[in-house]
Amino acid sequence: MSVILIMIPGAMVLAALGVWAFINAAKKGQFDDLDTPAIRAVFDDDDYTATKEGVPDAPHMRNDSVGDNNADAPSV
Amino acid sequence: MTRTIASGSVPAMPESASNTRAEVLCDHCDLPVPAGLIDPDAEHQFCCGGCESVYNVLHGAGLEGYYGIRDAVAKDNQPAASSNQNYEELDDPAFQSACVTNLPGGECETELLLEGVHCAACVWLIERLPRVCPGVIESRANIRTRSAVVRYAPDRVPLSRVAQALDKLGYAAHPARGAGAREARRKEDRKFLIRVGVAGAIAGNVMLLAIALYGGALSGIDEFWEHTLRYYSMGLGLLSLVWPGRVFFRGAIAALRTRTAHLDIPVALALAVGGIWGSYNTLTQSGEIYFDSLSVLVFFLLVGRWVQHRQQRGAADQVELMLTLTPTSAERLLDDGTTKRVPIEAIEVGMRVRVEAGGSIPCDGIIEEGTTQVDNALLTGESRPVACALGDEVIAGATNLGSPILVTVSAVGDSTRAAKLMALVASATADKAPIVQFADRVAARFVLAVIFLAILTLTLWTIRADLRTGIEFATALLIVTCPCALGLSTPMAMSIALGRAAKQGVLIKSAAAIEAMSNPTKMNAVMVLDKTGTLTQGKTRVVRSECDQDLLICAAAIESGSNHPLARAIIDAVADAPIPSAKDITQTAGAGIEGLVDDRRVRVGSPAYIRASAQSDAATLSAIDRMLAEGLTPVVIADDQGRTGVIGIGDPLRDDTIDAIAALRDRGWGLHLCSGDHPEIASQLAKRVGIEHAMGGASPERKAELIRSLRDQGHRRIVMVGDGINDAAAMALADVGIAVHGGAEAALQAADVYLTAPGVMPIETLCDLGAHTMKTIRIGLVVSLCYNTVAASLAIAGLISALIAAVIMPMSSLSVVALATRPWKYRGRA
Repeated sequence: MSVILIMIPGAMVLAALGVWAFINAAKKGQFDDLDTPAIRAVFDDDDYTATKEGVPDAPHMRNDSVGDNNADAPSV
Repeated sequence: MTRTIASGSVPAMPESASNTRAEVLCDHCDLPVPAGLIDPDAEHQFCCGGCESVYNVLHGAGLEGYYGIRDAVAKDNQPAASSNQNYEELDDPAFQSACVTNLPGGECETELLLEGVHCAACVWLIERLPRVCPGVIESRANIRTRSAVVRYAPDRVPLSRVAQALDKLGYAAHPARGAGAREARRKEDRKFLIRVGVAGAIAGNVMLLAIALYGGALSGIDEFWEHTLRYYSMGLGLLSLVWPGRVFFRGAIAALRTRTAHLDIPVALALAVGGIWGSYNTLTQSGEIYFDSLSVLVFFLLVGRWVQHRQQRGAADQVELMLTLTPTSAERLLDDGTTKRVPIEAIEVGMRVRVEAGGSIPCDGIIEEGTTQVDNALLTGESRPVACALGDEVIAGATNLGSPILVTVSAVGDSTRAAKLMALVASATADKAPIVQFADRVAARFVLAVIFLAILTLTLWTIRADLRTGIEFATALLIVTCPCALGLSTPMAMSIALGRAAKQGVLIKSAAAIEAMSNPTKMNAVMVLDKTGTLTQGKTRVVRSECDQDLLICAAAIESGSNHPLARAIIDAVADAPIPSAKDITQTAGAGIEGLVDDRRVRVGSPAYIRASAQSDAATLSAIDRMLAEGLTPVVIADDQGRTGVIGIGDPLRDDTIDAIAALRDRGWGLHLCSGDHPEIASQLAKRVGIEHAMGGASPERKAELIRSLRDQGHRRIVMVGDGINDAAAMALADVGIAVHGGAEAALQAADVYLTAPGVMPIETLCDLGAHTMKTIRIGLVVSLCYNTVAASLAIAGLISALIAAVIMPMSSLSVVALATRPWKYRGRA
């Protein structure tokens, strides 16, 4: 049983490490915005754009019948 | 190319066009294109110029993926919010030093608030900004605060170009002012979260130790281990009390100092007594320790408060975004005759600024060039535009309705009329007594009851047994009756209500407002409503027409070249009908206008103007009298074939005003109308919508005075509803200030509640929600009191153990939290 004498302080130190990590993360603002990162992760891929830069005529993914002719679309 | 929704092909009346006519949808935002903008020859159709340019930009930059994402996630489409400004004021050094952070490596970072951010696709698009605007290194959007932090290389791209690029993507950008205050708030939020996290970690660990201790109590435990575990519990428990838990002690001390009731007082009492007695028992190695219950108590209460805090902050953030929509720049006329956009801070007395038609006047000044009409409604409550010419004074915050004017600045910043009104708001806010919330009022009685019972238990058991047992049971009583459930149910119910209100178009900055709106009868409550822009639409429209449609169209044809507000009202009145062209137009300033339409000479103008040239018949004269009696401005239209018509132009009521006022009166609100407009107009309108008391010609100071005198008359809840700077002081002074949709900046700052949906009806919805929420809180109180009564009787009887306390507390908390989610649906008047 005397191992508990080491285990409990050990567990406390681990818990303290966790709390310390949490405080640091909170102070750096990692929990400031809990909504956007969820969205960002889903659409992070540029594959969603079928039309890559420089390939203006590739078909894109819009799911309706919009005619697509970018040849005359002005660029920024 | 053009997508249509097939529906009846019968030509429809213009009023029902959107229902029956085949609709053409905008290629960018998928919303219907107004009939006048459909171009049959074009490949793509757009509902506005903004959508068109965004569509082109997206296709030019290979960002069409936006549409795919938006169609997948967005529930409501919105047209592009482009403003087509050139944002050159952002490059002004004065602005840059205030709002832009210089990063090492020559890069800069700034935060921009964006209009039109509404879904995941917007986030995706904003974060692709570097692709559209070379020189931008990174752009990170935040969907909750509707803002973006942009990092860019200033040597490659000026900030104005960055803002222009965002604008071209359909998000009008506004610099986030008050960066210091935002940062401070952010730090406060983080501290709050850290307290919750630390309290949770400690509570979890103390509970692990408690399991060992309770297990030991049931099946036997070596004394050495028992005391070791108790020492550990004490260490963690005390840490929880002095670190995250100290907010309760601070709150209690502050409440005691100001002699106000607060829920923190019984909480702090339980924490303090439990902590001290538990430590004493640990050190003397006898009796019960309560650190598991105490640390869980701290954690639960903090979680409840944090949830409510987050909801309120969300509402405050959204109001702040609306605040930044007001102009922060002005167009300054330089000596060489060119104009330059500069931030409002850079304007000094004596400079000359140009104000476009439709623009907001940025500072007090004297008109140096141009004649126009100015809408002072937000400042004075006057519904009619004021004609201004050379040498007249204009005030900051007014809207220029007519033609462009040149203004010599006579006052800026704190010395403008608007700023003086804001100072009035600040002093009113300081005067305002905070609403003592229900939970706090209950807490006051609760404390007395609990202290009485604790003393009773102490005496009883000291007499029956000894002092030690007495203290033991009294401590147990204090801890088990700690109003944990009450402290948790109130913020939970409130934050759920805040979320529900936001969905109904009501943003609430302070939860106390929900309670204040809940029970008008009991509090002898009055609601003071502003007229212009609150009950009425705040726009000039043709309200009454005693005139042939044909003649009205002729009038619109003649007026189509004019930008006089009355002219615009006439043009709006004919809506979709094609307007013929008019020739040979002569205008008599301040009286009327005449011209030739289809070979008919038509005159439009004031009764006097028409009378000068033609005979008026009795019907026309009586029509004019009726219009005047209703408080409308009569405009007579006559042609050379002897036909005459009269239209009444005024500020029409909002669609839901009459229903909402009736509903509020039924709820028991005393209603007052308080307007800066002419007393006659005010009392007529009050009679029409069914408001008892009306006061006209009220200055902002007079409105605030009305609130004070109502309070002196014994009304214990006063709600002020308004939209303008002239209402702001009264709103700040009232118990609850409500700013209606489309209100002025000052009104937003002074208000506790802001309506994002147009009309007055959301106020009625808020009353209903308030009543529901207070009922939920009362049920929660009854439930937690039941638990407390059981626990208190056990404690007085000396039957309580730490284990029972540890079971009862979370049980009562869980049941009240479950109760707080009681469903609500607006049912209208009961």
